[in-house]
Amino acid sequence: MTAAAIVLGALLAVGVVVLVALPFLREPVVSDDRLDAPSEAEERRLELVEERDRTLAALKELEFDHRTGKIGDDDYRELLPPLRQAAARALRALEPDQEIAVTRRAGVEEVQPKH
Amino acid sequence: MAELGRAALVLSLGLSVYALVAGAVAAHRNLRRLSTSARNALFCSFASTLVAAAVLASALVRHDFSFAYVAEHTDRNLSTPYALSAFWGGQEGSLLLWLLVLTGFGSLAVFLNRRLLRDLTAWVVPVLGGIGTFFAFMLVAVSSPFGTQTAPLDGAGLVASLQNPYMVAHPPMLYLGYVGLSIPFAFAAGALLSGNTDERWIVATRRWTLVAWTFLGFGQLLGAHWAYVEVGWGGYYAWDPVENAALMPWLAATAFLHSVMIQERKGMLKVWNMVLVALAFELSILGTFLTRSGVVNSIHSFAKSPIGGWFLAFLVISSLFSVALILWRLPLLKAKTKLESALSREATFLYNNLLLVALCLTILWGVLFPIVTQLVKGEQRTIGRPYYDFFLRAFGLPLLFLMGIGPLIAWRKTSLRALARTLFWPIVVTIACGVALVFVGAGSSTPGIIAYSFSAFVLATIVLEFVRGTRATGSLFVLIGRNRRRYGGYIVHAAIVLLAIGIAGSSAYGANVEQRLTRGQSVTVDGYTLTNRGIIQRTTIRAKETRVLLDVRGPWKGQIQTGSNQFFNPPEPAQEVAIKTNWLRAEDLYVIADEVHPATGIVYVQILVKPLVNLIWIAGIVFLLGSGVALWPDAREQRRLVTRLAPARA
Repeated sequence: MTAAAIVLGALLAVGVVVLVALPFLREPVVSDDRLDAPSEAEERRLELVEERDRTLAALKELEFDHRTGKIGDDDYRELLPPLRQAAARALRALEPDQEIAVTRRAGVEEVQPKH
Repeated sequence: MAELGRAALVLSLGLSVYALVAGAVAAHRNLRRLSTSARNALFCSFASTLVAAAVLASALVRHDFSFAYVAEHTDRNLSTPYALSAFWGGQEGSLLLWLLVLTGFGSLAVFLNRRLLRDLTAWVVPVLGGIGTFFAFMLVAVSSPFGTQTAPLDGAGLVASLQNPYMVAHPPMLYLGYVGLSIPFAFAAGALLSGNTDERWIVATRRWTLVAWTFLGFGQLLGAHWAYVEVGWGGYYAWDPVENAALMPWLAATAFLHSVMIQERKGMLKVWNMVLVALAFELSILGTFLTRSGVVNSIHSFAKSPIGGWFLAFLVISSLFSVALILWRLPLLKAKTKLESALSREATFLYNNLLLVALCLTILWGVLFPIVTQLVKGEQRTIGRPYYDFFLRAFGLPLLFLMGIGPLIAWRKTSLRALARTLFWPIVVTIACGVALVFVGAGSSTPGIIAYSFSAFVLATIVLEFVRGTRATGSLFVLIGRNRRRYGGYIVHAAIVLLAIGIAGSSAYGANVEQRLTRGQSVTVDGYTLTNRGIIQRTTIRAKETRVLLDVRGPWKGQIQTGSNQFFNPPEPAQEVAIKTNWLRAEDLYVIADEVHPATGIVYVQILVKPLVNLIWIAGIVFLLGSGVALWPDAREQRRLVTRLAPARA
């Protein structure tokens, strides 16, 4: 084994050990070593956000499909209200103040009245 | 330097084991510092593998025959690009490439998601560590590329058929695809292990899946082109078990890319998506097992090696792990909604998924059949081309039809009246195309004319989608920019249509004539007249070349040479075919010299005329373009994602 190979190997080994041990070298003693996993409330919020994004995306799709002729007026009128209600429910559950603004951004002409 | 390579691999193995064990303990016990440490070990295993890869690459370029691997796969006359391509020309180098790509992709995926998805990546690290442990163990204990010997004067050389530019790119492309499928698998397993089966793992791996799928698809097309120009049998896909081994995970990943959209939009098919991700990963491992174990006969198979059993064990363990994980988390994977109508976009995606998976499993059965018959009857029986061609038509043609009808159907539900309205022009185009094709004489092949008509239907719907979308948004660029995945997907559909037309044209309408020709004798095939003008032989530094000179008259005029090379190192023959592309007639004249007798001047040639075959290669470029559009980063989507997940970081 050449000297260069030995030096390179040693450097690699030392570098690796330092990097792997780094979290413990940086913080030898910590008051809180827990992973910041989402709490139950946070998980519920994520679920609601997913629901909101899903319904808003569905509203946009519906609008687009209607404009491009893939969906007829009757189907559009039938599908729109439940989607709006679902979007409004998700928005209300998250942040009531954002309800109108976000629904407008989604391209829906009319929004559910705030309670 | 071989010792450095060996040491780097041992280090990589140790780091992978640490990432697996420490990562699992940290995620299970919720320990932040240990989790970060395990993550760093994953990053370091990449650095360590990179050092090992650099050692091997350097030995290949320097023709250092004290490395047994270098001596077995190269010689002094090999140019630097081909010497480097010998990295994946043998089993040990291929395994090293696997580990390098796995640790590289894995580190990058974990690094990019380390803040937004900390709880998820805590479980992804041990999964990636587990896969890395297997490959590092194989390289350290079973199949090392760093075996040394007393350096011989010259090496054994690279297999002749691998000395082709396509072979420089084709294997690494496939490896990037195979290994890339480990990333969605690791994130899916991470989601199941952590119990967080929301959509974050899908969002995090969407691009990774698309990248792996693109590499796998494009890699296969490169391989098909290599077979066409280099192997010299006149075709591009032989339903060989190893070719099928690359096609199967691609089909499973294609199904996943479609079905995941239903989960994103409707919260449905969560179990199905997990199954597809696991299936794609397991099939990529199966592909390596088939290539390397020698359990089935294949032109791609290498000599029987001891790694087959290890791969089989890994395949069984990882499959059991996936199944157990999905069953354990089944209650978390319940659908939130249900299918509203059998006539909806999501329903067509579901039908497409069933057909893709059916095709995939049919091919799997064909691949495994020789192994099953060996086990049951004690003799290997293989399934031939008619079996695969039948099922390709049975599942492929409805898939092509669905590809056309899907984009015209709205999400949730579509009335028959609305569907009839949107289908009007595509159907007119399809009928017009079918009638025109019958008039020009294409009616001789029923599957061919169905494939052409369906292709016209799909192309018409794609054009219609772009026209209507542009009208609705006012600009084509705005349309594509706002929904890159959808319109990138349509471009990929166009590529598949070109592929279908190319396959149908070259297989259903081509000419194929075998002829004995004495010197001066002619033969006419599909308008081309070929005359034997004699045989020439020459010797180069690498091979003895034998060529038949053929004068061609007809739609193309000139002289072509076809024959074979007898390579010296390694001593093996290679077919050298003559291919002339006639762009005006959109066809190839393809001539193979089956037998050449220099003493008598007699040759036995096979002359093929292959209409539209070049559309298959053009499809590759369109495929890349579509994937590029779909992959192009969307700043608005990124902002939305960060906003959505921001509080999870706090």
